[in-house]
Amino acid sequence: MRDELLPLREKALLSGNEAVAQAAWEAGVLFATGYPGTPSTEILETLVGYPEVRCEWAPNEKVALEVAAGASLGGVRTLVTMKHVGLNVAADPFMTLAYTGVKGGMVIITADDPSMHSSQNEQDNRNYARFGKAPMFEPADSREVTEFLAGAWDLSERLELPVLFRMTTRVCHSKSISSRGPRREPAAPSYTKDFVKNVMIPANARTMRVKLEEKLNLLRAEVETHPANRIEGRSAELGVICAGNVYNYVRETLPEASVLKLGFTFPLPAALIRKFAASVERCYVVEELDPYLETEVRALGVALATVPAPRPPIGELSPETVAAMFGVAAPQPQAAAAALPELAPRPPVLCPGCSHRAVFMTLKKMRLTVTGDIGCYTLGALPPLASMDTCLCMGASIGMGYGLERALGPEAKERVVAVIGDSTFLHSGITPLLNVVYNGGHTVTIILDNRTTAMTGHNENPGSGRTLDGGPAPAVDYRALVRALGVEFAVTVDPYDVDKFKQAVEMALLHSGPAVVIAQRPCVLLPEVRGKHRPTVNYDSDTCTACGACFRIGCPAIEKDAATGKPRINSAFCTGCGLCTTACPCGALSL
Amino acid sequence: MNRNKTTNVLIVGVGGQGILLASEVVSQAALLAGLDVKKSEIHGMSQRGGTVNSHVRYGEKVLSPIIPQGQVDVLVALEKLEALRWSGYLAPDGAIVVNDFRLDPVSVATGKIPYTENAIDLLYSNGRRVLVVDGVARALQAGDLRSMNVVLLGALSRLLEFPAELWEKALEAQVKEKFIELNRRAFALGRDAADSLR
Repeated sequence: MRDELLPLREKALLSGNEAVAQAAWEAGVLFATGYPGTPSTEILETLVGYPEVRCEWAPNEKVALEVAAGASLGGVRTLVTMKHVGLNVAADPFMTLAYTGVKGGMVIITADDPSMHSSQNEQDNRNYARFGKAPMFEPADSREVTEFLAGAWDLSERLELPVLFRMTTRVCHSKSISSRGPRREPAAPSYTKDFVKNVMIPANARTMRVKLEEKLNLLRAEVETHPANRIEGRSAELGVICAGNVYNYVRETLPEASVLKLGFTFPLPAALIRKFAASVERCYVVEELDPYLETEVRALGVALATVPAPRPPIGELSPETVAAMFGVAAPQPQAAAAALPELAPRPPVLCPGCSHRAVFMTLKKMRLTVTGDIGCYTLGALPPLASMDTCLCMGASIGMGYGLERALGPEAKERVVAVIGDSTFLHSGITPLLNVVYNGGHTVTIILDNRTTAMTGHNENPGSGRTLDGGPAPAVDYRALVRALGVEFAVTVDPYDVDKFKQAVEMALLHSGPAVVIAQRPCVLLPEVRGKHRPTVNYDSDTCTACGACFRIGCPAIEKDAATGKPRINSAFCTGCGLCTTACPCGALSL
Repeated sequence: MNRNKTTNVLIVGVGGQGILLASEVVSQAALLAGLDVKKSEIHGMSQRGGTVNSHVRYGEKVLSPIIPQGQVDVLVALEKLEALRWSGYLAPDGAIVVNDFRLDPVSVATGKIPYTENAIDLLYSNGRRVLVVDGVARALQAGDLRSMNVVLLGALSRLLEFPAELWEKALEAQVKEKFIELNRRAFALGRDAADSLR
């Protein structure tokens, strides 16, 4: 944002995600879609508050990108949001979208999660820009989100290319001072048929491949002078090339260093990089995760100096790690820290009253092999429940369960079940279930239907009966859906009816074909359920034999009295779900 | 605390205790004071009863959104084991505001590892400035146990340089209208608790 424009804008403390929503609204975006995923979820949750923009949750990221491609074809500016692994799901349309190009400007947010705070991997999606040949920006904070996005849709329309906007957890979920301004009036929607541009049969794709390369060459010139890339001249000895939030760590740790701050990071400004490297005695690259910049800079023939202590290519950087790389003395923390005893770890746990707890309690008792999936319920893999054997990616549970059965043969029958959340099933569980049916498997699938996408903050989905803006929507009938796929055995049961649920799983395992059990119970944190919590469970110390069975369900409301080994019910947490009364063999716990 | 440098406040506790609201109020106070401010935290998985931390930094110009280890000026802990867990982030002259409140992690509840019973005693080592706040009693006195986070904010407000009116404005902007009175009471009770800081 040029400073002379700033008086028109109102200063605001915004998270990176809020800044994206604000900037999209200002740019005249009319259509936004995505799939919830930490750390990207709040973008659409914020943008839906602006009535001018149609905001939707798609069942998955591939669908979201395709829908946006269609809207863009109609001349509308679009925004697509997803976490880093979501771009893997959307990779198929993404890899060809730069060929066809866009009409209405399109920005795709990829929210990466270095250090895997809430993810199954920490893939560096900067690689996707080069891979899919899409221009990429990397903002350092909310102010840069606002600045870079201000021109992103214009750029996208001018070059007819989708723009990849790569954020990280520390940009998405950090607040810093940015600004709010007025909305630009969007252009009227329009559609023009263009066979060569929009129909990617091989002959047309070859034509568009050439055009794409021409566009990239235009961009290669443009990035040299783009305001997102700048040289900050200070020391003549020490120079650092960096991008994104890493810039903040470099400035904090090496205040004297000259910096080439890159914000437009695909394609890279070759001449600017050479010029900067020549201006300093020692030139370094500091970056998080993959050596994306380093590889490109070295390929330009630029000689890079080696830091005294090279960083590991793992995890997010911090002021401390950058200090360590350059041998800068870090501030000494208080000495008392060294003398601490071992502290009890506090990993996340399934909430008190969680519908999933009953499922895992039963599966554990049944000693089944459980292929799992992505969501709150992945916590069922942790002790004391420890009743999930795998977690790979969205939708993998059913395919892996079936594959395991095929590998183990008849031995696996009656032993393997797949568990998958409702939102995850709709995201990418339907096709693997179809595969089970088609290839004659008998995999048992348990759909954990808690009526919401809970993990990312209770987002609506095609099964929840509501859309992103809270409006009513048809809710998927899971039983009808799986029957239509060819699953003959499909039952719905409340997992808190423990005997009935166990019986349903047993019957499913005995069934000769594929079977689905829908374990349906709304998430305990949903507003409509919160109001119905029952009184705290009663505990009778005289009846209690201190057998410890209640602790093995892993409920945070049940604490162990160190002296007696008996439980203590924390009334601040207990929701009165009563699952512990089922687990207790001596009748000491009751409702 | 006003040393013409960035002030660093680290707020920690357990998912669900209102840490994000507390750090939002501190950030808004800094913004209202005309300072540069950054705040960083982790959402998602850690909300499910895990350990949660939120970094707030303010001053003339703030660069890194996360506080370097050894530079925390005030550590605010809504749970005492969490105070101990993050105490290594304190600057040599840093202070601690700790809620005298215990929440057992599942590892303790299942008897895998004991709770550090003397957590608060350990905080006092090395002549640290420690303010122990009876958050439960004061929150209940204010009218709702869930206002513990605002009680702790009240105590924190005595250690930072912002005037009381500014805190009030920042707080009111962050809570729903029907809870403003409750939170005002909680904040005032927290401010009183800070009288015992030595």
